[in-house]
Amino acid sequence: MFVESVLFIAFPYVAVTLAIAVTLFRYFTDRFSYSTQSSQFLEGRALFWGSVPWHYGILIILLAHVVAFLFQDAWAALVADQTTLYSLELIGLSLAIAAMLGLSVLLIRRLRSSRVLVVTSTMDWILLVALLAQVALGIWSALFFRWGSDWFLFTAAPWLESLITFQPDTSFVVSLPWVVKLHMLGGFAIVAIFPFTRLVHVITVPITYLWRPYQVVVWYRRSR
Amino acid sequence: MDVRSQVSMVFHLDKCIGCHTCSIACKNIWTDRKGTEYMWWNNVETKPGTGYPTMWEDQNKYKGGWQLDEKELDEPDPKKRKLKLKLQKKWGALGNIFANPNLPTLDDYYEPWTYDYENLFTAALSEEQPTARAISLITGKPMEIEAGPNWDDDLGGSPVYAANDPNLEHVTEEEKAQLSEIERVVFFYLPRICNHCLNPACVGACPAGAIYKRGEDGVVLIGQDKCRAWRMCISGCPYKKTYFNWGTGKSEKCILCYPRLESGQPPACFHSCVGRIRYLGLLFYDADKIQEVASASPEDLVEAQRSAILDPNDPEVQAGARKNGITDTMIEAAKNSPVYKFVKVWNLALPLHSEYRTVPMLFYVPPMLPVLAKVNENGKYDSARDFPEGLAPLMSALERNRVPITYLASLFSAGNESIVESVYKKLIAVRVFMRAQRAGDVPDSEVQQALENAGTTAEEVQAIFQLTSLPTYEERFVIPPMAREQAVDETTGVYAHKASAGFGFRKAPARRF
Ligand code: SF4
Ligand code: SF4
Repeated sequence: MFVESVLFIAFPYVAVTLAIAVTLFRYFTDRFSYSTQSSQFLEGRALFWGSVPWHYGILIILLAHVVAFLFQDAWAALVADQTTLYSLELIGLSLAIAAMLGLSVLLIRRLRSSRVLVVTSTMDWILLVALLAQVALGIWSALFFRWGSDWFLFTAAPWLESLITFQPDTSFVVSLPWVVKLHMLGGFAIVAIFPFTRLVHVITVPITYLWRPYQVVVWYRRSR
Repeated sequence: MDVRSQVSMVFHLDKCIGCHTCSIACKNIWTDRKGTEYMWWNNVETKPGTGYPTMWEDQNKYKGGWQLDEKELDEPDPKKRKLKLKLQKKWGALGNIFANPNLPTLDDYYEPWTYDYENLFTAALSEEQPTARAISLITGKPMEIEAGPNWDDDLGGSPVYAANDPNLEHVTEEEKAQLSEIERVVFFYLPRICNHCLNPACVGACPAGAIYKRGEDGVVLIGQDKCRAWRMCISGCPYKKTYFNWGTGKSEKCILCYPRLESGQPPACFHSCVGRIRYLGLLFYDADKIQEVASASPEDLVEAQRSAILDPNDPEVQAGARKNGITDTMIEAAKNSPVYKFVKVWNLALPLHSEYRTVPMLFYVPPMLPVLAKVNENGKYDSARDFPEGLAPLMSALERNRVPITYLASLFSAGNESIVESVYKKLIAVRVFMRAQRAGDVPDSEVQQALENAGTTAEEVQAIFQLTSLPTYEERFVIPPMAREQAVDETTGVYAHKASAGFGFRKAPARRF
């Protein structure tokens, strides 16, 4: 019981607090390092085959996680239809596999290219391994504990809600298989290390580029 | 009219001796740090040649600069044409952010190295001489040198480098053959720095909005705290003058030595230039016209850019300048600007590759190159051999220019040959006139003909000669008093920084995670 509270109540809160506090702190004190450190300049070919499937794969899957959680009723209606459920899971699984393959390419690339190795920090390794483990656990759950897009509605979702509303209740998740539990904890682990790694680049997505004028002129004396 | 000032430059190519002193001066000050070893904010390349990074002019590969679609060119009014980045649409920038398909990689430049000198002293006694192997400055491991910063230096006529110069596209086969003929082999040097463009593609391509042009002097800079390593500027700049610091994960570029400018000194490469080919001074321009200039039809590009440059002696321009906060001392500096004379008064200096449509503000006086000579029957070099009777063995008629006009037009006038030709006519007039003055072996009629041909006068020719051959340091570099310290004073409490190490980084620019 105690262990469960620590893992499924204390740990998520600590992780989120850490993420918010350190992310802000780092933004205001160390903006120079507030990005990923691209290594495409040192090695481009493998990067393409790793980075593109990884990013597109994981982004869509993450989005699906979030949307499903936010719009549970709509999602429930969606997956009630068996064909939709099957196709959604199939799409999800293929994307996850693409992401995993991409990530593996990135990992191997870092090990094999002596140039890229030079610019790889300890935190980069920790992050790579953490992400790989998390995706692997996700794929495992999808394969061996079928139709997660359905059962999460009665397990993970209410647990997360209980956390958000500050009425933590572990009963929804305690009886889940350990692989699934690890996947949930892994998510919070990544949230916890988020501000200490290059992952911060996620929140620097340069979306303002879409509407800013092409040219930027900066004046000392006047603003216009 | 929106009058703005720009610190601009002229490089007189006939004077460049290809010594690379400029590059070294720059490197010693700015790019001898980890991650920047391979960068040459100032580089000097041999033309015809493939340059640095290799084939940088091949925009099908790197997609630098701006472009106008065919149908935009059908629109007669340049103001209504819509320019696009060649690299990306705005959505495309976000889509390609995970892997920029047009990014040059280290091997397009070269892998920087040093030598294991230590070994020369510490090697154990042996039959063989100890050697200092090449050591990569990136991996620290021994490496094979496959390219270097000036790999094709002086290799004019080379079938590997010179022959692949993208500017040779429209040169006839016959001319190409002449270019590599053993006694005609020809090349010249092209020193390059960032052009501090009016319509910079590096700024336009940066998703993070980290790159900006300074309003007061037009220097284009990359905010290091804002740069997020999206690396679009590197492809976006058609001149390949933004570079990726692989150590910090930030882009860096020529800063026109702005700390030197602000204290009244010319940039290091200008100061150290052995051939004294470099001129620096203010240009006033009409910022309302930038869009129009950048969208001009290819044959009009140079003229359009000239027309946007304003006369600092014109009272109306001066009033406009004052309205925009340009001080009287700046106006004075603009009046004395050698750049204004070369670019606008004499129409001698031309922008490099204006078809990239970034409106570059570094101008080049194209090279005449020494007189063509062939070995005559007596085995001596004889410059007069090929010339018809009566014509002085001079300075050549335009038709005898050693580099095909087509080639030069591809570099300096977006293919418009008449512009390059008129520049050459004037340069020839200067030579003929001065030859007559100094050596006295040119008939008057010929001098008159040369002047007329170029549409110039004796006075103008003398002024050109003076500023080309005999200028003082102060005439070459007319640095406006930028009074940056006052500007800083307005935005930053200087006393708060008293006894500190300046206004720059409060921390070393290093990554901690
Ligand atoms: S030459 Fe300089 S200002 Fe122009 S696009 Fe390139 S980096 Fe930008
Ligand atoms: S220092 Fe001057 S003369 Fe020498 S290469 Fe550079 S620009 Fe040319």
